[in-house]
Amino acid sequence: MSFAAHLINGISLGSVYALIALGYTMVYGIAKMLNFAHGDVIMIGGYVVFVTVSGMGLNPLASIIISMAVCTILGVTIERVAYRPLRGASPLAVLITAIGVSYLLQNIALLVFGSDTKAFTNVVTLPNLELFDGQLVIKSVTIVTVIVNIIIMVGLTLFVKKTKIGRAMTAVSEDQGAAQLMGINVNGTIAVTFAIGSSLAAIAGVLLCSAYPALTPYTGSMPGIKAFVAAVFGGIGSIPGAFIGGILLGVIENLSKAYISSQLSDAIVFSILIIVLLVKPTGLLGRKIQEKV
Amino acid sequence: MKTKAGRISKTTKNDLITYAMVILAYIVMQLLVSTGHVSSLIQGLLVPFCTYAIVAIALNLTVGILGELSLGHAGFMCVGAFSSAVFSLAFKGAMPSGLRFFIALLIGAVTAALVGFLVGIPVLRLRGDYLAIVTLAFGEIIKNIINALYLGVDANGIHFTMKDALSLNMEEDGVVLIKGAQGVTGTPNDSNFTVGVILVLVTLFIVLNFIRSRTGRAVMSIRDNRIAAESVGINVTKYKLIAFTISASLAGVAGVLYAHNLSSLTALPKNFGYNMSILILVFVVLGGIGNIRGSIIAAVLLTLLPEVLRVLSDYRMLIYAIVLIAMMIFNWSPNAIFFRKRVKQRLTAGRKSGKEA
Amino acid sequence: MKKKMLSLVLAGAMMATVLTGCGSTGADAGSTAEGTTVDAAEDTGADNAETDVAGTESADATDAAQTAGAGGTFKIGGIGPLTGGAAVYGIAAMNGSQIAVDEINAAGGICGMTVELNFQDDELDAEKSVNAYNTLKDWGMQVLDGCVTSGCSIAVAAKSVEDQIFQLTPSGSAVECVTNDNSFRVCFSDPNQGSASAQYIGENGLASKIAVIYDSSDVYSSGIYEKFAQEAANQPFEIVTAGAFTADNKTDFSVQLQQAKDAGADLVFLPIYYNEAALILKQASDMGFDVQFFGCDGLDGILGVENFDASLAEDVMLLTPFAADATDDLTVKFVTTYNEKFGETPNQFAADGYDAVYTIKAAAEQAGITADMSNEEICTALSAAMTQIKVDGLTGAGITWDASGEPTKAPKAVIIKNGVYTAM
Repeated sequence: MSFAAHLINGISLGSVYALIALGYTMVYGIAKMLNFAHGDVIMIGGYVVFVTVSGMGLNPLASIIISMAVCTILGVTIERVAYRPLRGASPLAVLITAIGVSYLLQNIALLVFGSDTKAFTNVVTLPNLELFDGQLVIKSVTIVTVIVNIIIMVGLTLFVKKTKIGRAMTAVSEDQGAAQLMGINVNGTIAVTFAIGSSLAAIAGVLLCSAYPALTPYTGSMPGIKAFVAAVFGGIGSIPGAFIGGILLGVIENLSKAYISSQLSDAIVFSILIIVLLVKPTGLLGRKIQEKV
Repeated sequence: MKTKAGRISKTTKNDLITYAMVILAYIVMQLLVSTGHVSSLIQGLLVPFCTYAIVAIALNLTVGILGELSLGHAGFMCVGAFSSAVFSLAFKGAMPSGLRFFIALLIGAVTAALVGFLVGIPVLRLRGDYLAIVTLAFGEIIKNIINALYLGVDANGIHFTMKDALSLNMEEDGVVLIKGAQGVTGTPNDSNFTVGVILVLVTLFIVLNFIRSRTGRAVMSIRDNRIAAESVGINVTKYKLIAFTISASLAGVAGVLYAHNLSSLTALPKNFGYNMSILILVFVVLGGIGNIRGSIIAAVLLTLLPEVLRVLSDYRMLIYAIVLIAMMIFNWSPNAIFFRKRVKQRLTAGRKSGKEA
Repeated sequence: MKKKMLSLVLAGAMMATVLTGCGSTGADAGSTAEGTTVDAAEDTGADNAETDVAGTESADATDAAQTAGAGGTFKIGGIGPLTGGAAVYGIAAMNGSQIAVDEINAAGGICGMTVELNFQDDELDAEKSVNAYNTLKDWGMQVLDGCVTSGCSIAVAAKSVEDQIFQLTPSGSAVECVTNDNSFRVCFSDPNQGSASAQYIGENGLASKIAVIYDSSDVYSSGIYEKFAQEAANQPFEIVTAGAFTADNKTDFSVQLQQAKDAGADLVFLPIYYNEAALILKQASDMGFDVQFFGCDGLDGILGVENFDASLAEDVMLLTPFAADATDDLTVKFVTTYNEKFGETPNQFAADGYDAVYTIKAAAEQAGITADMSNEEICTALSAAMTQIKVDGLTGAGITWDASGEPTKAPKAVIIKNGVYTAM
């Protein structure tokens, strides 16, 4: 029974990682850049909901929509101001700029909201699912997170495959130069990618803070890194890979905490990541890139 | 022949300028310090300048010369720091400080090289972002393990555990060397500016000679075109491992310098986590990938920047972030590069026409 | 190549400006010293504008590296994390110290001298902490109120003993923080709290099976746990599980709680800070694990977490020297002022910071510190005076120190009832 409980708790943690990883993988897949600031956009999304729900007393659903709007604007602005000038420069330069943006967002939040922890109000008000006379509890927020994950995963896949702008994204991800020659607005397409990625971050922020209700300016950074690992684990750029990678990471983390060592769980998680990458160098569902001579 | 000779002298000249810059900076700083013109803050920063310059050069060897992105160099620094600090603490008072520090340096460098070699074997099979994430993972593993490590010595020998200090089962007179999260406390303060600068020069000597050597050229050929290099019979794995191991070892040297500058050594996310690895990468990228001299300058500037910004109090880190983004855009944006070229052209054109007139 | 050359030239130029800037700092106490003085005065409020002018003039006249006591100011430096994940502790200690400084200045200062506080950020990094210390030395610090965290305190203590600057850490709780003759602390040491908690639980028969959840990457938490586990051997209870977590892993505690539940623990000991404890309480309630929680001073502040559901903390017991809900005049006044100024409920770090400044004041008055004393003289005089004073502070009445640097004060056991701390 306790194994089942650990497993469920692992899925609960993993579903949050998966949600963040979806945003990471989306941006990476199209724009080919590691957006290290993604975790901090999540944090901003959390604060927007906190302020609108706890401060202004808005309906949670309305506040989530506001949060998505704020994060979308934020994401597009960051892309325009910090990343677009570096289009065509070394990917490393963009990576470092993303780190700079991450510091910037953290410190803005520190100045605006202060360093003290805010207890987040769970926006998922459904009752928890209790099995075997309450011996096994599945939190409602976990169920909602998994469902949201699946909706987003299917939605994103359909969007990329079926819509015109989605196909433009695929083209940009394959070859920016060629896409431009075919009349695709590369900058516009990447901006849309960031808009979608950031609105996903808002949703992830709400669900992360609902599941683990402590909001600080640094809330996003560690889950962000873990989700990045999850995205690589599943094969970065692959949408279903991000979901599977996230869930697996959460489960492995919790089981190693429970049965091996709670101090060394990070070391164990990272070791498994390394082993997986050595066996499958592009992650679980990653595409093998053909090498050209 | 003539052009070739000219080119060689140009690289040599370039290298000499780098050495001269370090030595000049050292002499100027020593003069200023001895005449009392340097604030305590800058005096305290002199050793960190050297530490970060060394680790930036080390990482530049991996990123710029080998062409692989490593996000785990803080981990190697951490290994060097802890192994040498444990040695120095254990032999505190048992030998003269100069000899002790020298041995500590060797221990730090060798341990880091060993870990770098072991990490390199699996890691260097991967490419690009995957390699980066695996090095990041290794860095985090090293930090995590050291945080859970307890090590002590007493009359019965060395005790070690991964659980807590109680499980060491030490005798009364035993000394705890590594105390889990609290790390190593009481490392002798053996680092100073002179030692730091000597180590920077040694690092420079090793790296610059490596680049100009046959091995170095082989490594760079792998960077530029792995398949072509392989096809002319270069053993890719071997040369990659050589470069990576040297890089890790030098990062370990920086760690030794770091550990012996502070009396309390802890493996926190701040100093040995992935954030630090990324900060080192910032030095390299800002100074110019493959540009060794640039790494030194960038390391010094970016170590100084947050300290100079202390006057801004609450806004310090905010401004730091903005300056970082602005510097990256200024240094790397294609538009900014084009703009700088035009300005420079106009300046040189102006000078020429001035001469003619 | 050209591009690189240019950027290098640019970088070189920047460095040159910076270096010249630094050179002038030591040379003639120019712009930097002046700027800082004004800054600090702005923080302390407008009422001491007169002294501020005097301070600036003296800084111009004498070398800034020397003690700037001529204008009748007493410079207290503070160091703690003001950014980064631990910022909440550093900022609280800074705010608490600032309130004490403002009160003291309004009441006439220390020995007639106006107190100036300059609090610097160390980002929870020992190296940055030493940088902050050197910055404060350049500013002319006479006494150090810091560092807030243990690792940084130890690193800075090695420097302060060299320079003979008196150091009083408000909250550095590791044993090694106060090994030097010039270093003292306000808070309890970790071993002290660990054994006190074990004894309290044992003597009052609170539980027979105890689970511990602690932060193995934190000096404070692992220090308390260690001593607690040691002392537990002499007590009529057993530790059934000890679940550790790390700074990188502090959002999900379901495993540790599940293990405690499976082991049939009737009390969970939490030698951790309230930020993580708030999550643990929530997750325990989510999984239907109803158990007695017991914590140390780090748990204080849990009711101050904005929007926290206080019913979760019902019946939580903690051993703490400070409780924000206490009804004595001193605490009420402090909490009100803090709330007015910073819009938050102060935690134990704020109280430690406040007491640290008043302790410095008491020691300075005992030693009869005057404006013309050098740092070494102040250090010797204060270190001697520390063992003679008795401070009635927020974190305890009649606190005394011995030469080892440890305070003697009694922890209070409180229990949270109906959302407020109640003495037990």
